[in-house]
Amino acid sequence: MKTLSDVKPGETVTLVKYHDTGDVDLRRHLLGMGFVRGAQIRVKQVASLGDPIEMTIKGYDVCLRKEEAKNIEVE
Amino acid sequence: MTELIVGLAGNPNVGKTTVFNQLTGMRQHVGNWPGKTVERAEGHFSHGDYDYDVVDLPGNYALSAHSMEEIVSRDFIVDDDSDVIVNVVDAANLERNLYLTVQMMELGANLVMALNMNDFAKKKDHIIDIKLMSELLGFPVIEINAKTKDGFEELLTTVEKASKNPIDSSEKLSYGNEIKGHLASIQELIEQDSSLLDVPSIWTAIKLLEKDSIVIEKVQQSSKSSQIMVEVDKVASHFYDVYQEGAEEVIANARYSFIDGLMAEAVKRPAVEKETTTDKIDRIVTNRFLAIPIFIVIMYLLFQLTFTIATPFVDLIDAGFAALGEYLAEAVGNEMLGSFLQDGLIGGVGGVLVFLPQIILMFLFLSILEDSGYLARAAFTLDKIMHSLVGLHGKAFIPMILGFGCGVPAVMATRTMENESDRLLSMMLIPFMSCTARLPIYSIFIAAFFTANQGLILLSIYLLGIVVALIVAGILKRTMFKGLSAPFVMELPTYKVPSVKGVLLHTWEKTKGFLRKAGTIILGAAIVIWILSYLPMGVEYGSQECVLGMIGTAIAPIFAPLGFGTWQAGIAILTGLVAKEVVVSTFATLGGLEEDDEEGVTQLVHDTFTPLSAYSFMAFCLLYVPCFASLGAIKQESNSWKWPLTMVCITLVTAYIVSLLIYNVGLLAGFG
Repeated sequence: MKTLSDVKPGETVTLVKYHDTGDVDLRRHLLGMGFVRGAQIRVKQVASLGDPIEMTIKGYDVCLRKEEAKNIEVE
Repeated sequence: MTELIVGLAGNPNVGKTTVFNQLTGMRQHVGNWPGKTVERAEGHFSHGDYDYDVVDLPGNYALSAHSMEEIVSRDFIVDDDSDVIVNVVDAANLERNLYLTVQMMELGANLVMALNMNDFAKKKDHIIDIKLMSELLGFPVIEINAKTKDGFEELLTTVEKASKNPIDSSEKLSYGNEIKGHLASIQELIEQDSSLLDVPSIWTAIKLLEKDSIVIEKVQQSSKSSQIMVEVDKVASHFYDVYQEGAEEVIANARYSFIDGLMAEAVKRPAVEKETTTDKIDRIVTNRFLAIPIFIVIMYLLFQLTFTIATPFVDLIDAGFAALGEYLAEAVGNEMLGSFLQDGLIGGVGGVLVFLPQIILMFLFLSILEDSGYLARAAFTLDKIMHSLVGLHGKAFIPMILGFGCGVPAVMATRTMENESDRLLSMMLIPFMSCTARLPIYSIFIAAFFTANQGLILLSIYLLGIVVALIVAGILKRTMFKGLSAPFVMELPTYKVPSVKGVLLHTWEKTKGFLRKAGTIILGAAIVIWILSYLPMGVEYGSQECVLGMIGTAIAPIFAPLGFGTWQAGIAILTGLVAKEVVVSTFATLGGLEEDDEEGVTQLVHDTFTPLSAYSFMAFCLLYVPCFASLGAIKQESNSWKWPLTMVCITLVTAYIVSLLIYNVGLLAGFG
């Protein structure tokens, strides 16, 4: 099972679902920012120090920490 | 004249504030929403027969109960008697922008859309059929350019028309038959209680399914509450059976499906997105290897430009006020009035104005960094350091660095952080960064005792401040700011050339705010210190015999365990509250020396301290209560007395403990 934190820069993935372990408030916030089922996410790059990750979703760029990306399942 | 109340709503980084500035110019007022720390910007202008009252709502992605900003925005749309809501939208980023639009449609807001950044959309080869989009949404969509004011005339006439014939924008919203049917069953129950009908029932039904705490609380007051909640649970579990997802996800999906449908009809996009200028810049600016060197260069420039350009102006203001004070004191003749004018009033006003050059420059450069989009990249690059060391957001780095220059602009720079608790925690740490005003203290003590390794001693003081800040952050994060860590979801906006007008207005607003609020506190404190230094009648100003001197002498024994229990040190610590550089001139006054007699002061320090107590005193000056000016800035930024007072307690306790440790460990180790 692959999560968003495993995706390599340059790869494009599709959001499958959120894990139940994640923070509910954060999930709500992410839903508002376009992280819904079926959304295409392209990972652009990882920051110099290994975290956070920069990605493109719904045509704009956003960054997430790995600990939060870990709760998002992708394929 | 007809009065029109208009709210500007939209996502962050869509040019909403540019529209606001273009419309209202200098006729705007920045304050806070009643009882909240969220900034409220309101402005006036007239157009034809209309007097506009425009409110710039906070930039949001959604209208949930998730943050203060979102609650403020939706309360404005729901409660305030606004005539029209203008939704400013980034045409190049339509999909995500429409998510907020859709939520305002759920509220039935009287909407007009201002489609901005059309040139960016064209560059991406996105072709928007505006007429069709307006038809599908059910309200007017106007193409504008916030920078050039193109389309503003049409926007305003449309707003005026819309105010005369308000529409219910929820009419065209459709979430598919399945969801619609279930929402209807909840709506039917809601509609039986007229006290719930101040907002559209569809909105209440959706918010209940989203487990929105504020709406749930409101519905619980209703006589129908148990029936409604049973139905909501039934629908939620039905959704789970059908979609294998929670109701919140189902609703978010439904909103995006509506948006997808609209996009498919009204917008033509290339199959593969073109690489934008932002992508190209980002390949260098956020590159794994280049990002940190680039950040260091930009911070160096920011620091140098802010403080070096400011220095001559600061000196000029300082000298100007000193001369004015002397002139007035002589001209007045009366000794007491003269002293009040020179040392109290002029000294106090000078003490406020002396910060102006730095504040103006810092805000100028910081707004350029923020508006251009770089600040978000810096936060992206540094988040790992700030997060693992102090549990803070990457953006906290910049105020910390500015703190080495001056605490006042640094405290004001925390404004760039959206999360309130992050902002407050950063403010609490800034005083531990050794500001330039403390440098004269170190130079005197180093000259008196540590000439052999001055560089090393000075460096150790700066490092001590950083280490103490890390420890204090760790403690605060586990106590006062427990569990308030915000997740890091940050948009990286497209790079833009900042607008001159926006940058200047922002700088002007901040400077005005500092003068009005922090300034009154600094001036007040200066006058109190003057009274304490002048009374009782007849004693020498600021000597051991004045009230301040008596207090200093009385508290001196408290510092004996730290190695400097002398009355001179006690008084110097008190006067240092006004500004840290005053510590040195206090030693001069108390020793009967001229203020700028450095050699004399060095000799005096050499005679009254030991190397160990000197180091302990330097550490205490580094860590104890920052000057009144930074306390004033914190009061202004946090909008409450709680935080400056907390800061006083934290810094006093920290300074005492650290100096106590230094002195006693030093004694044990044999450095006496």
